[in-house]
Amino acid sequence: MAILEVRNLRVEIPTRRGTLVAIDDVSFAIAEGEVLGLVGESGAGKSLTGAAVIGLLEPPCRVTRGEIRLGGRRIDGLGPEAMRRIRGKEIGAIFQDPLTSLNPLYTVGQQLVETITTHLALTATQARTRAVELLAEVGIPSPEQRVDAYPHQFSGGMRQRVVIALALCANPRLVIADEPTTALDVSIQAQIIALLKRLCRDHGTAVLLVTHDMGVIAETANRVAVMYAGRIAELGPVREVVKAPRHPYTEGLMGSIPAVGHAYERLTQIPGTMPRLNAIPPGCAFRPRCELARARCTAERPELLATGGPSRAACWRHDPAWGEAP
Amino acid sequence: MSPETATPRPLVEARGLARHFDVSAGWLQRALNREPRLTLRAVDGVDFAIAPGETFSLVGESGCGKSTVGRLAVGLYRPTRGSVLFDGADLGSLPTRAERARTRRRLQMIFQDPYASLNPRWRVREIVAEPLKAFGLARGREARERVAELLVQVGLSPEDGGKYPHEFSGGQRQRISIARALSSGPEFLVCDEPTSALDVSVQAQILNLMKDLQAERRLTYLFISHNLAVVHHMSDRVGIMYLGRLVEVSPARELFRAPLHPYTRLLLETIPDLDMSGRERRPVQGEVPSPIHPPPGCPFHPRCPWADARCRAELPRLLPRGAPAVACHGVEEGRLG
Repeated sequence: MAILEVRNLRVEIPTRRGTLVAIDDVSFAIAEGEVLGLVGESGAGKSLTGAAVIGLLEPPCRVTRGEIRLGGRRIDGLGPEAMRRIRGKEIGAIFQDPLTSLNPLYTVGQQLVETITTHLALTATQARTRAVELLAEVGIPSPEQRVDAYPHQFSGGMRQRVVIALALCANPRLVIADEPTTALDVSIQAQIIALLKRLCRDHGTAVLLVTHDMGVIAETANRVAVMYAGRIAELGPVREVVKAPRHPYTEGLMGSIPAVGHAYERLTQIPGTMPRLNAIPPGCAFRPRCELARARCTAERPELLATGGPSRAACWRHDPAWGEAP
Repeated sequence: MSPETATPRPLVEARGLARHFDVSAGWLQRALNREPRLTLRAVDGVDFAIAPGETFSLVGESGCGKSTVGRLAVGLYRPTRGSVLFDGADLGSLPTRAERARTRRRLQMIFQDPYASLNPRWRVREIVAEPLKAFGLARGREARERVAELLVQVGLSPEDGGKYPHEFSGGQRQRISIARALSSGPEFLVCDEPTSALDVSVQAQILNLMKDLQAERRLTYLFISHNLAVVHHMSDRVGIMYLGRLVEVSPARELFRAPLHPYTRLLLETIPDLDMSGRERRPVQGEVPSPIHPPPGCPFHPRCPWADARCRAELPRLLPRGAPAVACHGVEEGRLG
């Protein structure tokens, strides 16, 4: 059964000049032990989707339609106090910058113990033992000593390990990782990805991995949702989406990533830029940049359609009527 | 004709280049706590040469000194030791003001962050025209026409000259930076992580533009990046830096096909696998040590699976091995294979 189920999610930002739709009719599900990648470029709505799930949308952003279910139970309408109990206990969070997710005035041990005793029925001594175990599990050398160190005494990579330990300390069913490796050097990035993968496999945790980096997705995720202008353009197994993209945007995106082992003079270029939220065109949001666009693409917005492969894409060319109509 | 005409004279050459920074506490603090002075050896003896029309890339992780080399190469920093030769002349000891200006207009820089490198209070046309004014190359109508041409060349329109930087997206701002860098008609551009702040589809547009401009104007690039795939796409030759030193310099093809230095090998392991071959990558163990207290001997030995007693004691020199050059005792002794 799906741990997380998001159905027809819509997030709006009311502004003085009218209401902007930041996330428009987004649906996906994540099963136990599965890593779902949410990939897209700046402003595509991927981080906002993560924030909506965890109940951390900053006002005036708000969910105006759709439902979010965690283990079958609706959590989108819960009050702030109920959401606070779910965060940390049932949903863990890992953010991009480990320095801002840790409190500089407390030792990492104090922060771990606080989180553990808040969510689990353990005494302070038991919690401390658990904290040391967790630090060992995320690969911090000599955890018995390091548990009493402050965040600034750790390097960037080690700090991110502490953040992962914090996210996992109450054995959550879902972890939301928003750009967890973006602030790290490449060699450290690989270490953190390997760690995240191993921990989630061992604990059966579902992961929503939000990132702009297709490489991280390819290495980590089981399935991937490609977001464009607040909508899901393509959803499918990682291998399929990377190797045989079915949406023209994903195709362009994959072609624009330079890869080692391929020699080419020029990279594929998608003309233009992603529309701003106040200027999303009617019909398919990608239509103005799409070489295949036809009249129907302006008139109607495509749903996620079956593509003949395991992935689904929001593109009319996968509609059986595409071959006939002009 | 001298026999040297076979290999063209390098346009840019670094010789024993070093730059140290004093990172000590104030003298009173030091006196009270009996602390010694602390020196950060950001760049510590780097040699390379870049031929005209070539793209030479520097790769490494944060703090390896690659950006400092870039700044030294255009004269933004003065070297602590060694020198940068541009077209045969030492950048640090150009005798007259006029000669310095003549040389400087031939080298320019593109920075990483297009939000910080453009003055928000200036219109785009003023930004792009600044080098023209600073070097007295054009003024009035001629300058305006040159700016309009440059904007078109980088894929903007002449009307964009009247706008302010905040009216543009990140990719468009990087185009403005490029137009500014090109306005003095330089031959050599230092590009310090020019696409790291951009989305991949925008990155592709900028990289394509840089290649087109290089072909049109026969530009020479010093390209600085931590992204190995981008470096692979852009470079003719690559230098891998670790803790202020070059550990391997090699033609791009050979480097990616057959890396020699253990650090290069491990870096290549970290490239995400977009071919989905299912290859498990072996992450590099450990982290980069502090450049204030670099380890003795080979700076990479604490992370190197092949390190032995010699590596822990003696600093390896960059030695040629065919076309590539590598600084590793293990490679020199043939024990890495």
